[in-house]
Amino acid sequence: MTVARRLIPCLDVKNGRVVKGVRFVGLRDAGDPVDCARAYDRAGADEITFLDITASHEARDILLDVVERTADEVFVPLTVGGGVRTREDVDAILRAGADKVSVNSSAVTNPGLIEAVAGAYGRQALVVAIDARRRDPNNPGAGWGVFTHGGRVDTGLDALAWVREVDRLGAGEILLTSMDRDGTGLGYDLELVRAVVEAVGCPVIASGGVGSLEHLALGVLPIAEGGGGADAALAATIFHDGHFTLGQARDYLRARGVVVRDDATPEDR
Amino acid sequence: MSDQAPIVVVDVGLGNLRSVERALRAALVAEGMDPARVRCASDPGALREAAALVMPGQGAFGDCATALHRHGGALAKAVGAHIADDRPYLGICLGLQVLFESSEEAGGAHGLGVFRGSVRRFRDGMIDAKGERLKVPHMGWNQVLPTDDAAAAWLGRAHWYYFVHSYFVAPEEASLGCVAGETDHGGRFVSAVARGRLWAVQFHPEKSQAAGIGLLRAFVRGLP
Repeated sequence: MTVARRLIPCLDVKNGRVVKGVRFVGLRDAGDPVDCARAYDRAGADEITFLDITASHEARDILLDVVERTADEVFVPLTVGGGVRTREDVDAILRAGADKVSVNSSAVTNPGLIEAVAGAYGRQALVVAIDARRRDPNNPGAGWGVFTHGGRVDTGLDALAWVREVDRLGAGEILLTSMDRDGTGLGYDLELVRAVVEAVGCPVIASGGVGSLEHLALGVLPIAEGGGGADAALAATIFHDGHFTLGQARDYLRARGVVVRDDATPEDR
Repeated sequence: MSDQAPIVVVDVGLGNLRSVERALRAALVAEGMDPARVRCASDPGALREAAALVMPGQGAFGDCATALHRHGGALAKAVGAHIADDRPYLGICLGLQVLFESSEEAGGAHGLGVFRGSVRRFRDGMIDAKGERLKVPHMGWNQVLPTDDAAAAWLGRAHWYYFVHSYFVAPEEASLGCVAGETDHGGRFVSAVARGRLWAVQFHPEKSQAAGIGLLRAFVRGLP
């Protein structure tokens, strides 16, 4: 009996609509984030993440409405990120009903935001998202750089130095995305995941590259067993496309010896 | 507005209560009861009229204890009287911890002292059976093992619930009878207590999907 490794489906949301369509059976509206979140909740997601990729900051109210409607009927932790710039953005998202806010670019430009949010709400409310890319694709020894603004801006920061810094400043978790693997279906950059897991004390969520159930398992299996040692596995396409259900993913992980939540809740009370 | 006595979510000014309110409403609807009975309140008068109190809270023990004892301790007295009368109480996270006397987290702060014992922090550097590092805060889904059939009736048998905390309650000998459920994180810790119509849990039923709503349904079922 121990804390379970978490499976986290991530929904990209733009102007209040899910960008990459979710192909579930029984969805009323596959483009509605609330409908998708509800379906993932029923399917046994351990958490749900919304990533807002709306270009315009003015469209913020649409996202907040989505968060509010989701929180009304989804009773697992909800993380919301994307375009979070200020303390006011954080306050508004948490007030709308999110449990955690994820910050990325703004944590780099304004590290004080990490301390301010952790101080006001506790570390558990703050996820620091990091987009990392190998300095040399073939040599993990060359390290990983930190990129912001959707991977367009090279901050010059070293990923391992940066994760240590955000852990120290008060990050509750690190959402670690490999830019090299994101969208490839080739699996997590396990060398990156391991390096970060060993560098920090806070939980690490592996992200970027999942194409199979094996990839999910490798992300969260112990380092000693050849895995990444992450606390949670985040994925989008593999779940949205309906190739695998969350139930199948959980069964697979369990068969590989990973402790996962059993969401079958018998009516024994 | 409902005509029935309200189910009051006690607002001590710590954190967002809306998720607890929403989950309680969902539980009431599932039980065929009136969801409009749920309301948030912080004044002692409203607490006295409540059919049940739900005390959530994330954050620091000291802040919670200070808020309860503010203004001459009227809020602490109202909550204490409610519990002393064995009226229904559900404590969540800090709502469990403040039932005890003190916390390592806040040297001088006093809890409600309903139970004997203190609140302690998980040790850093714990490892599990596989040699993996256990993290503090204890965050994520973990199982609650009920201590007996009465506890299983509301906690379920080994259900998974969502936890976020660095501190846990450690009852003294005299209050060990209150232990209703235990969870493993570098060793067993007390994750649920009960006495009469008082239930209190370290985890978050409002974030624990079907298992959590099931617990809230069991709590509201049979309320006057």
